[in-house]
Amino acid sequence: MKIHEFQAKEILRRHGVPTPRGRIARTPEEAGQIAGELGGEVSVVKAQIHAGGRGKGGGIRLARSAAEAAAHARAMLGMPLVTHQTGPAGRTVRKVLVEEGLDIDREFYLAVTLDRAAAAPVVIASLDGGVEIEKVAAERPDAIRKVWADPLLGLSPFRARRLAFGLGLEGKTAGRFAGFVTALFEAFLTNDGSLAEINPLVLTRAGDLLALDAKMTFDDNALFRHPDLRALRDLDEEDPLETEASRHDLSYIKLAGSVGCMVNGAGLAMATMDIIKLAGAMPANFLDVGGGTDPGKVASAFRILTSDADVQAVLINIFGGIVRCDRVAAGVIQALQSVRLRVPVVVRLEGTNAREAARMLEESTLEFVVAQGMEDAAEKVVAALPRRAPEGEAR
Amino acid sequence: MSILIDADTRVLVQGITGGEGTFHTRQMVAYGTRVVAGVTPGKGGRTHEGIPVFDTVDQAVERTGASAAVLFVPPAFAADAILEAIDAGVALVVTITEGIPALDMVRVKAALAGSKTRMIGPNCPGVITPGQCKIGIMPGDIHRPGAIGVVSRSGTLTYEAVSQLTALGLGQSTCIGIGGDPIPGTSFVDLLELFEADAGTEAVVLIGEIGGTAEEEAADYIRGHMTKPAAAFVAGQTAPPGKRMGHAGAIIAGGKGTAAEKIQALEAAGVAVARSPAEIGTTLQAALGR
Repeated sequence: MKIHEFQAKEILRRHGVPTPRGRIARTPEEAGQIAGELGGEVSVVKAQIHAGGRGKGGGIRLARSAAEAAAHARAMLGMPLVTHQTGPAGRTVRKVLVEEGLDIDREFYLAVTLDRAAAAPVVIASLDGGVEIEKVAAERPDAIRKVWADPLLGLSPFRARRLAFGLGLEGKTAGRFAGFVTALFEAFLTNDGSLAEINPLVLTRAGDLLALDAKMTFDDNALFRHPDLRALRDLDEEDPLETEASRHDLSYIKLAGSVGCMVNGAGLAMATMDIIKLAGAMPANFLDVGGGTDPGKVASAFRILTSDADVQAVLINIFGGIVRCDRVAAGVIQALQSVRLRVPVVVRLEGTNAREAARMLEESTLEFVVAQGMEDAAEKVVAALPRRAPEGEAR
Repeated sequence: MSILIDADTRVLVQGITGGEGTFHTRQMVAYGTRVVAGVTPGKGGRTHEGIPVFDTVDQAVERTGASAAVLFVPPAFAADAILEAIDAGVALVVTITEGIPALDMVRVKAALAGSKTRMIGPNCPGVITPGQCKIGIMPGDIHRPGAIGVVSRSGTLTYEAVSQLTALGLGQSTCIGIGGDPIPGTSFVDLLELFEADAGTEAVVLIGEIGGTAEEEAADYIRGHMTKPAAAFVAGQTAPPGKRMGHAGAIIAGGKGTAAEKIQALEAAGVAVARSPAEIGTTLQAALGR
């Protein structure tokens, strides 16, 4: 789960990570007032959306007066912000964070994440802050230092010191950096983080270290034990169909193609997307209806799928193991009785009770194209698409 | 011959009295698996589906000689249930549970290191040695005894591959789903080592997906150590970056973990990689020169 920068900074402050002074504003007036209260020569107005690259997109602006801060907020609020992570439509800005401006001496990079191969959390740091870490990793791998936490003991202070001195920091700065690392790690660990990233972490001319930006994401599987984090979910930042799907315990991701797919199992769902591409079209979504599927869940999945206006044809690909094909067929028939079908539907059912399922589909008054095997299914669904220019990067 | 499990494997079911546990215990018994015990804390002393139930894993092991455990325990309690099985010295733990927090798995993985236990999963379909023993939730009837080893990060995509093999007359020695989570108990490499050493396995099918570096590590191992032919498929060639594709582990993060990188690594190691999921069986068949 993703959260906003201002929410991440609130969590970090509770764990002793220093951040710039500032508050959230929902109107230009509020933004001006906050800038006034902060005082100082410069304040910063930062658009709050769940995407990176805000600075280049015009979502982070300096203000030299309260009036200017209000003007910046007015220009951002209610407007779409386009960055390299948002797609061409951008994301509507609903809140801005107004913070004190800092007198910055140096910028670092610091992050905690899970190292899957090592099966332990890893702390990653670089003296080159404020730029994309992937770029640093590719161009100057020596500039990046890592220390791993012990799976059972966590991050002992000596490891944080090793990181600080390893980077070449000295004296008071090294000590403060190690303390910063320890606090960030605690914030990551106690909240079941999947990423806690500070980029940049700034050293001011006064010698203070602060999290100028902050990004935190959390393990969805651990949210059951963090009701406080669940409350931070911002549905405005999610695709409405994805939100609807999660309400029905379905795993759905909107994509850019025209073939809607409904599949049981994540691996088979990805493979189905792949074979649609091989057959000459593009998938409109990833949709895993999961195991133990009942007719009602299949019906919800089908409604979500077909409410996407980009969908021109639907492919249902079920390999029934635990999920019995006859129950999937019952769900599809139930869904089609309540939804008016506007696109062709190709069905491929294999495995437990597949024959019975095929009979149910045939005996229903609804029109399906029945396919044998994945390749046949993909070819049939692509053939069922309305004729038009070959699909590619369009849309 | 086979790896991990055979007709003599004695299985205990943790969470046997729950809905999933009950259903799949029945299925496993019907397949011929020797299910000797169940464990549900507070329900010891009963029998369920004709199988004796115990309060703790160590009691169940002591009384029945169970050598493998399969877990149908809800995510919030699963890590503790795994630790209990490790503590009781169970040789093989198969964790079916989906949704275990990753940091719980960090601790479990540390407990597995240096223990007598190997764990398959979590978030996996389990292990089957066709005709002998099924520990998990896969449909038994698509499998046939034979000489092809199958390792996979997926569930239903594994069934797809297995049914293609069976249709081509290529039976399986053992099929293992290692699971779709970021931190699996057992890696591709661990299982490839076992298949390489197993006289009953002639060739291997590997089914990977986007995210992490498990396929690249498998490719390294195959290049250096494997003499048996291998075929592979990697799901997620069309998956967008930054989106979790159902499985907690299936995400392209920071530009790493793409299908293209994995396919390239596997092909460089001499693995025959199927471009289409419909061609997994025929790709292996070609690699076998048949």
